Amino acid sequence: MSSREKVLSAVRSAIAGAATTEVNRSYDTSLALDRPQLIELLAERIDDYRAEVRRVDRAHLARTIGSVLAEHGATSVVVPGDLDSEWLTTVTCKVIPDDPPLAHRALDQVSAVITGSAVSVALTGTIVLDASPGQGRRAVTLIPDLHVCVVEADTVVGTVPEALQRLDPRRPQTWISGPSATSDIELDRVEGVHGPRTLVVLIVQ
Amino acid sequence: MTDVKHGMTGVVGRPDAPTRRHGGSINGLRPQPGAAFLGMPVFPDAAKIALGDEQLRRNLGHATATIRTKRLKAVEEMPDWQDMRLAAAAIKDNTLARLDTYLEQFEAAATQAGAVVHWAVDADDACRIGIEIAQQHQAKDVIKVKSMATQEIELNEALEAVGINAWETDLAELIVQLGGDTPSHFLVPAIHRNRSEIRDIFLSRMGDVGRAAPADLTNEPRRLAEAARLHLREKFMATKVAFSGANFAIADTGTLSVVESEGNGRMCLTLPDVLVSVVGIEKLLPTFTDLEVFLQVLPRSSTAERMNPYTTMWTGVSPGDGPQEVHIILVDNGRTRALADEVGRQALRCIRCSACLNVCPVYERVGGHAYGSVYPGPIGAILNPLLHGVTDPHDAALPFASSLCGACYEACPVAIDIPTVLIEQRAAAVHEKGKHAIPTAESLAMKAAAWTFGDAKRLARAQRAAGLGRGVAKRVSWLPGMLGGWTDSRTMPPVPKQSFRRWWSQTRPPGKDDR
Repeated sequence: MSSREKVLSAVRSAIAGAATTEVNRSYDTSLALDRPQLIELLAERIDDYRAEVRRVDRAHLARTIGSVLAEHGATSVVVPGDLDSEWLTTVTCKVIPDDPPLAHRALDQVSAVITGSAVSVALTGTIVLDASPGQGRRAVTLIPDLHVCVVEADTVVGTVPEALQRLDPRRPQTWISGPSATSDIELDRVEGVHGPRTLVVLIVQ
Repeated sequence: MTDVKHGMTGVVGRPDAPTRRHGGSINGLRPQPGAAFLGMPVFPDAAKIALGDEQLRRNLGHATATIRTKRLKAVEEMPDWQDMRLAAAAIKDNTLARLDTYLEQFEAAATQAGAVVHWAVDADDACRIGIEIAQQHQAKDVIKVKSMATQEIELNEALEAVGINAWETDLAELIVQLGGDTPSHFLVPAIHRNRSEIRDIFLSRMGDVGRAAPADLTNEPRRLAEAARLHLREKFMATKVAFSGANFAIADTGTLSVVESEGNGRMCLTLPDVLVSVVGIEKLLPTFTDLEVFLQVLPRSSTAERMNPYTTMWTGVSPGDGPQEVHIILVDNGRTRALADEVGRQALRCIRCSACLNVCPVYERVGGHAYGSVYPGPIGAILNPLLHGVTDPHDAALPFASSLCGACYEACPVAIDIPTVLIEQRAAAVHEKGKHAIPTAESLAMKAAAWTFGDAKRLARAQRAAGLGRGVAKRVSWLPGMLGGWTDSRTMPPVPKQSFRRWWSQTRPPGKDDR
């Protein structure tokens, strides 16, 4: 008998006669907030994680991206091949499209990355990237030390259940809630272990 | 590098190893990796050693108190917490009740998405599969995301035995691995180490196995994290095979999920060519939608955050994004034994959040090592005997490592009634002992008590005798012989001047009963 059959048959004999119950999903699946309030909450919650968050008008997005990179002293920035080129008009450092894909060691030499995002959860201050257009592959948002992430106002939802509704499980997903952090040393939170140590979120209204 | 690594496993007690300031007695408790947990004293003996280590108690007291306060805040913020908790428990129960169906469904969906699904009946089976995959790729080194399942099956030791180095990448696991000891907490495996000890470990060990720590390293957490970042980055860039566990496995889509904080998980799950995930069969959830409960209750219960910094989800292979060869090893290793226990089965709901450890008065005082298992604390006290049975004295002692205060049940985000399962496992342990043992002091005392209490005259005589003894010593500090076990850890209460029965007969002489 294969291991597969052994495990499955042990499971079957262990659960013989086990009954299922009704799952009562009476927990909250949405927040009673309008869009400006949702965005306010998202900004507050991201700020709690000690990430940088700015609300910008669409007209000022490109200018803000350029100044964020300059303020953080970025010397180069990698962008997904299909990123909206309008976003890059004021960027003065070297822009490297990830097309063809950069080797990991090359990504390690780049200071920053700019991407869009799929959906954001106001209640938890979480941004989800799912590798759809403008978001790049996972390595791109992982290796550079500064991640500038653009959140469109209409992709902001209140709760985790609402976010999952909007996501396709077949796509690789990265849920990001603030910069990389650890509390492994006496439970002191320290930002920045392996992922980008600085996360800048630009919420576009 | 292999030699150094193997030398490291013998680090406990070596003169160049970082030593503990307070007597070093706890080192006697730390099993060496590889010999993991074999030869450990049973809980009562191990607890006594741990209690003597002041540094350990200070570190633990600080850490558990901090996280308890934080967790309460994170939970109080959610008015629907109890609803989520009950839904989480029901979803897990339903999954377990139809686990065969969900396992087959998961296998089909993951395979369809390009993953290779393997099955393992036990730890040896799982390690053998993992080793074969690593060897197919001629791997000399593999990187690892912190995973309870791989610790449980002792994968690192199995890989090292065939000459493959397994590098832990979680900061705390790195501290534990470099320090040559074993984890003592699910979530904060180095909870027993303070910042100065960590600095000493980094300074003395990092250089032997890769990029050395900067010579001017201080004990500031930010500097320590930076040292780990630099040390590990080289390994992330160079290593082709990674091993992980998974927090959740989604039956209807074949998706796996890893919930983490530091980004070392993302590194391991994204950069290597080959990813091998070791997944306990109880990690299944029926649908992607079910994550809506678990992604809410897990972070608030474990790190006491609204959400953990990073969660990665992947479904088989994504062309051009992440590892292009994805393996999943579904592991039983005692889980079907636990599943067959109708009361104990609920322990398989566990999502390894560690909330029960942080609220447990026993864990807070003795720490994780005393439990002698990768699963310490209240959940370990039921999970170990359920997975392995109670024939081994270590497993049999664990259900007694509790005051049954119930704090663990209150804190559990999947509502595992740990006290009830503890009592059931105690009964199982006593039953097992009764099958072959010579009568213990406890069983003899109980028999004597039954005989005495069974007859009013015998009881009255016994009480008079005890009252007489009171003249000799008002407060008895120890009891001799077979009753000594009681007074080893407790003060004997003073024996009253007269028994309740005598007082009653004097206060209410026969016939004056005014009920």
